[in-house]
Amino acid sequence: MNADFRSAIRPSLVMLVAFTILLGLAYPALILGIGQLAFPAQANGSLVRDGDKVVGSELIGQTFAAAKYFHGRPSAAGKGYDGQASSGSNLGPTSKALVDRVRADVKAVRADGLTGDVPGDLLTTSASGLDPHISPASARVQIARVAKARGMTGPQVQAIVEGAVEAPLAGILGEPRVNVLLLNRQLDASGAKTAG
Amino acid sequence: MTFQGWLLIALFTACIIAITKPMGAWLFALYEGRRTPLHVVLGPVERGFYALGGIDPDEDMTWRRYAVHVLIFSFVGVLLTYAFMRLQNVLPLNPQAFPAVDPHLAMNTAVSFITNTDWQSYSGESTMSHLTQMAGLATHNFLSAATGIAVAFAVIRGFARRESKGLGNFWADMTRVTLYLLLPACIVYAVVLVAGGVPQTFAGTAVATTLEGAKQTLALGPVASQEAIKMLGTNGGGFFNANSAHPFENPSAWTNFLQMVSIFAIGAGLTWTFGKAVGNTRQGWAIFAAMLLLFLAGTTVAYWAESAGNPNLHALGLHAADGNMEGKEVRFGIAASALFATVTTDASCGAVNAMHDSFTALGGLVPLFNMQLGEIIIGGVGSGLYGFLIYAVLAVFVAGLMVGRSPEYVGKKIESREVKLAVLAIAVLPLITLGFTGIAAIVPAGLAGLNNKGPHGYSEILYAFSSAVGNNGSAFAGLTASTPFYDGLLAVAMWFGRFFVIIPVLAIAGSLAAKRVVPESSGSFPTTGPLWVGLLIGIILILGGLTFLPSLALGPIADQLAMVHGQLF
Repeated sequence: MNADFRSAIRPSLVMLVAFTILLGLAYPALILGIGQLAFPAQANGSLVRDGDKVVGSELIGQTFAAAKYFHGRPSAAGKGYDGQASSGSNLGPTSKALVDRVRADVKAVRADGLTGDVPGDLLTTSASGLDPHISPASARVQIARVAKARGMTGPQVQAIVEGAVEAPLAGILGEPRVNVLLLNRQLDASGAKTAG
Repeated sequence: MTFQGWLLIALFTACIIAITKPMGAWLFALYEGRRTPLHVVLGPVERGFYALGGIDPDEDMTWRRYAVHVLIFSFVGVLLTYAFMRLQNVLPLNPQAFPAVDPHLAMNTAVSFITNTDWQSYSGESTMSHLTQMAGLATHNFLSAATGIAVAFAVIRGFARRESKGLGNFWADMTRVTLYLLLPACIVYAVVLVAGGVPQTFAGTAVATTLEGAKQTLALGPVASQEAIKMLGTNGGGFFNANSAHPFENPSAWTNFLQMVSIFAIGAGLTWTFGKAVGNTRQGWAIFAAMLLLFLAGTTVAYWAESAGNPNLHALGLHAADGNMEGKEVRFGIAASALFATVTTDASCGAVNAMHDSFTALGGLVPLFNMQLGEIIIGGVGSGLYGFLIYAVLAVFVAGLMVGRSPEYVGKKIESREVKLAVLAIAVLPLITLGFTGIAAIVPAGLAGLNNKGPHGYSEILYAFSSAVGNNGSAFAGLTASTPFYDGLLAVAMWFGRFFVIIPVLAIAGSLAAKRVVPESSGSFPTTGPLWVGLLIGIILILGGLTFLPSLALGPIADQLAMVHGQLF
């Protein structure tokens, strides 16, 4: 048994150091090299730019509160869409805190003019707190508010929303969805008068 | 539940069935130590590592020697990883200038990554430097996975060899798996992930000015290289706190699908390797079938429960047909979230693409129960197979008792020593899970970390210890575990959960390897047909059920009843 222990020490130390260099340094550096050369946009965070100015990432949601913008889902990441503090609410199905939060949010969207059922994703927090998407239904229920704030007609905004809906890949992978940041940028770029 | 959702589950299942044989055949070549096309490039690396370490790859190790080398290698690995975290403030590649990690957290994390658990009491993006993530943590995503597969190889040899003292060479098994499977597969996989939107940079952050004029700082880093091995090696330790729910770790529905397949790929392949090694691939397929049926059952329950949603929110006006979207991402939706949760806890992966803590009570019961069964439904790489074989030994024993014959499995007589060791492995783990849960549920330090009250709070504790002992690493993440109390207790649970299976199972293999092969006769219980598959499933569910049902009744089942009746906490 003692011989077994003694014989294990040198290979353990050597293999750890050797593999740490290979797997912990060389391998990520190789991927970094390939990634930065072949896919520089993705490798650096899929950033969205307005000229030279970075306005966000295509993959990461951001806070929208103004009436003229489509709103994303509530976020539990930091104080909301904190890109350095991803998190879900982790509230369980019988949590009073969860029910109270949703009740207050329902009241707020009702005051905004939403009638009928509230889409299931609109007032629930995402897993990451950084969800860039909402469901098409959640976008559609906001059309009236956005149109009014921008002085556009409902059908004008509707057309932009429908154009922004992404379909599941091959009809199987993923859900129909709308990227909120990209949709709002399209709205801003549509050149219509904004009053909000 | 939607047709599209079932289509996704069917497509996933088909991919796993299709991948099992080719993956198994590749693993078999490594098991045998055969030359592969990759040897041209990596053969010199392999030989160089042996030369530096003074390793003779042809030395045949007894089960004791094999186990001791696994233990020492793992223990030294803990020390090195601990050092990386404690010294990260003075080491390079720390663009966000993070301080050294607290001792109790560093100890917990080191044990966590070496045991292939990847339980995380920390948020990666605000705690760990790039060097710690890459060299300290991701290195052990490879090595703990390779160690698991190596032990599985040794255990397979126990069944396959006859009148032999040895189980093979740990260093050769571990090195070959790393060099000829994990590393090349991850290089391709990581590049594909970068193409799909997963960042790979040494920059710390990117700063954006949002459309509304606020400043948004986005944490970045070498994510793709870590993501690939995190899934393929069933590690599950995310670069970010939100793990595979974070859009930078898992940007789209197709990366999500790829991640789910890669969790099961090696574990499924090993069932075929086992069958091939014992001379009858139908033996492997029987194990695979039992695993697959348990997986489909879990997926169905989780998908149903999450689709049904939370009546307490529907009562407020949320659209009931949308299911439970709290803690889920829109791009994945209900089906891919329920499927991922089942897959990641069937295997001991522990990556999450949705917050299990916010699942409905029954939806959360599925991942919890999966872990409690011992991570044997496909299971962790290597650990799934050797854990499952413990159940197989018990199943032939029970079958033998029923028909009054001495039990045999793949030509080996199962005798008192093997059954005792199997029972030891299966009894100790629930004792730790339930014992530690009991302690944490009554002491103030245990109750201090809860995010939810009532039965769901208890479920958070039970989930944490089930996850640690099962070396899974997923969490009901509301629990604040970065305290000395939880860090310490969970580290003990993870260490025992790993090595209290590895040591007994290697001992079983050692004793089996020494035996002669009994020729199959008309009196042998066939271990390939549907009867055997049914018996295996029965044994797994009865043992797991008897052990854990009382604890589940106090947690998720009470929670479900409360949810249906509108009782809030």
